[in-house]
Amino acid sequence: MEKIFQKFAFSSATLVFIILLGIFITLFNAARPAINEFGLNFIVNPAWNKEVPITTPQTKTDKSVTQSAVSNTDDETVDVNDFGDDSDDMIMQDEDDTPTKTIYGGLVPLVGTIFSTLIALAFAMPIAMGIAIFLAEIAPKKIATFVGGAIELLAAIPSIIFGMWGLYYFAPIVAALFGGFQVSLLTAGLVLGVMILPFMAAITRDSMNTTPDILKESAYALGATKFEVIKDVIFPYSKVGIIGSIILSLGRALGETMAVAFLIGSIFELPHKITDPTISIPVALANNFGEASGLGMSSLFYLALILFVMSFAVISFAKFYFLRKAN
Amino acid sequence: MPVMNIKKFSFTYPGVSDPSLKNITLPIKKNKITALIGPSGCGKSTLLRSMNRIHDLYPGNKYEGKIDLLDFESGKYKNILDIKKENEFIKLRQQVGMIFQKPTPFPMSIFDNVAYGLKIDGIKNKSELSDRVEAALKGSALWSEVSDRLGKSAMGLSGGQQQRLCIARAVAVKPEVLLFDEPTSALDPISTAAIEELIVELRNDISIAIVTHNMQQASRISDYTAFMYLGDLVEYDKTENIFLNPKEKRTEDYITGRFG
Amino acid sequence: MRRLLINKIILTLSTISALIGLAFLAWILVTLFVKGLSSFHFSLFVNDLIDNGLRNLIVGQFILAGMASVIGIPLGMVAGIYIREYGQGRYANLIRNLSDIMMSAPSIVIGAFVYAIIVVPTGHTSGFAGSIALAIMMIPIVISTTDSMLSLVPKELREAGIALGASKYKVIFDIVIKSAKVGIMTGILLAFARIVGETAPLLFTSQTSNYFTLDLTHAFPSLSVSIYDLASDVQTSSRDLAWAASFILTVMVLVINLTGKFITRNKK
Repeated sequence: MEKIFQKFAFSSATLVFIILLGIFITLFNAARPAINEFGLNFIVNPAWNKEVPITTPQTKTDKSVTQSAVSNTDDETVDVNDFGDDSDDMIMQDEDDTPTKTIYGGLVPLVGTIFSTLIALAFAMPIAMGIAIFLAEIAPKKIATFVGGAIELLAAIPSIIFGMWGLYYFAPIVAALFGGFQVSLLTAGLVLGVMILPFMAAITRDSMNTTPDILKESAYALGATKFEVIKDVIFPYSKVGIIGSIILSLGRALGETMAVAFLIGSIFELPHKITDPTISIPVALANNFGEASGLGMSSLFYLALILFVMSFAVISFAKFYFLRKAN
Repeated sequence: MPVMNIKKFSFTYPGVSDPSLKNITLPIKKNKITALIGPSGCGKSTLLRSMNRIHDLYPGNKYEGKIDLLDFESGKYKNILDIKKENEFIKLRQQVGMIFQKPTPFPMSIFDNVAYGLKIDGIKNKSELSDRVEAALKGSALWSEVSDRLGKSAMGLSGGQQQRLCIARAVAVKPEVLLFDEPTSALDPISTAAIEELIVELRNDISIAIVTHNMQQASRISDYTAFMYLGDLVEYDKTENIFLNPKEKRTEDYITGRFG
Repeated sequence: MRRLLINKIILTLSTISALIGLAFLAWILVTLFVKGLSSFHFSLFVNDLIDNGLRNLIVGQFILAGMASVIGIPLGMVAGIYIREYGQGRYANLIRNLSDIMMSAPSIVIGAFVYAIIVVPTGHTSGFAGSIALAIMMIPIVISTTDSMLSLVPKELREAGIALGASKYKVIFDIVIKSAKVGIMTGILLAFARIVGETAPLLFTSQTSNYFTLDLTHAFPSLSVSIYDLASDVQTSSRDLAWAASFILTVMVLVINLTGKFITRNKK
């Protein structure tokens, strides 16, 4: 029995590794047609689902030639045949018989993802630090427990609810304060900030609480004010945990879908102003997966792959940072 | 015949270059209490924990020498350092029990705690379990205090009672040797006295090795004492000789408190 | 003194931050209550979406989360036990880190993954696919919680079990898990609360349905996905329904969370 359980336990643990690997491989495979077609240019191309003329030197509109120029013919796996194979519906003929093809570029969602996350961080950081200071150093125990619990409840609220509330109640206020559109990069970023607030505050508070009492007492004994103790003793001591919490919150914000879906506008255009609507990668996936096929579907998977790699990189960096600093 | 014979035993922790125990030779005499004393870091706990090979929960240890345990059925000694198979380890620990520094009651009822060693050994008969639990609790001077609440959680007992419960639990399995690793260091003076009295009583049926950093405790209850320092066995003798007439200067210095 | 003034300012700002945090919570909850209750009537629990009710969606959401739990909890617990009790240093640490990474992976990406491996080969969405997506999200949470609860059990307790001659597997189940029981159960409860409120992984794996069904092999009703559909609809009646649904979803999630907090508060 002991041996059986040990083997089962090992298999379960290894499953984690397998799933993670599986996600990467599956995404990569599904994205391959788009990767082959667009390469790294995908990351800087703002045109999504746009028709462009095919720049082949021949003047004859020989469909077979143009087809092979665009379709991907070296798929072997069955389940990828759904992506990137229906070249027929990509070739459009316009009035003067110049063949066009549809191209996809991921710059707009990428920019939306990155900037909404940055806005969220900028908004959340000072407030989260303030909340953590309040909970760790100012509030008496009962209040700290109550307020801490309330903040944790904020974290438990499903993200779609943030979307609903954000759209009907928060967005109008943002537009009133800053002008521009209600659904915009700014609104999405701010609501994202409210969503990562409890997470950042809780981890920062926990890090601050690891500071040994005698360290704080030594500073007070020299006549330091509470703020000075926080600034000169607690923050330096818990610096690693605090920075870690910021990085982890960044990771969370990157992948957030539902709230942003309500609030960012879902428009494949680069915003000219922060109060313009645009789109983020998760929202692009959420709103377009249903109707996509062929190269479009493959491009969505390309976006998903980029997002997965970004999020993986951020979390790995956070862990690496924690590990190095702990030693 | 001693119940255990430690012969030229050296022990190195995993990942460490120097041995923590060097060439220890020491008998554990039958139905006697042998105390291991010495300053912090001298290796007394390490030595005790080698006697039931609990070190092997954490792989990578290096052993040298022998630790012979008397097999009562055959009258022969077996080197416990040779044990590799799981069921032999289990048998070893049923013969050589251990009590820890902090009381370690399991999260179950008082009855289930004491019966645990018996149950995992396969004893299912309810009346047999009941009898042995009662005997063990009586033997640990705990029966009168808990006989009316055997079904209640062991976590509700006081520190001293919990430690006596752990002793009852270990005794129920009828081991030949009991190892005590600073059993009273976490307890108040009254509980300490009760446990010391109990250990002296147990000597009649079981051979005992006790690690203690409290010299007075060693001189109070033990028959033989081993003084250790920095991994070496400095001196081993009858307790009264160690305390009244030590042969080694280091022993005398420790006893008289010149270092500690 | 200037120092005292700065001190006062910072401390005041911190307290204001806490109030801001509470204000957001209150604002959202009040909004939900007001909008949700105004569209609330008991027929919501009797009718299915096809008749402007929410019954099939509520039941469906629980079934999806329940199926995910049946898969995710045992796997997560056993994996957590492995890395804490059996693992040898580096491999265990690797799995622990990978699990943390998976925990922070965007839920929509997991949805895309399950879409590719289940929905595409089978040719249609299914409640089964949705459950798998939720299970993948649940496993790392359960691993993390099991791992950290087990780490709180003092090593002497394990040694005492071994010292009596118990095998490792018995020590883990009879003693260690029992000691950490409350913490582990609370962790599982909170993991359930997390996934029962999820939308993104279900969007293209199980979608949703207007009808009451227990058939997991096709599109399956989901409260959260329907909220998204209803809220995007032009009709006000749909949006009102979305608010009622949001209210119910939030109450579900918060009640489970508060229950978890209550359990741990008592057992401290």
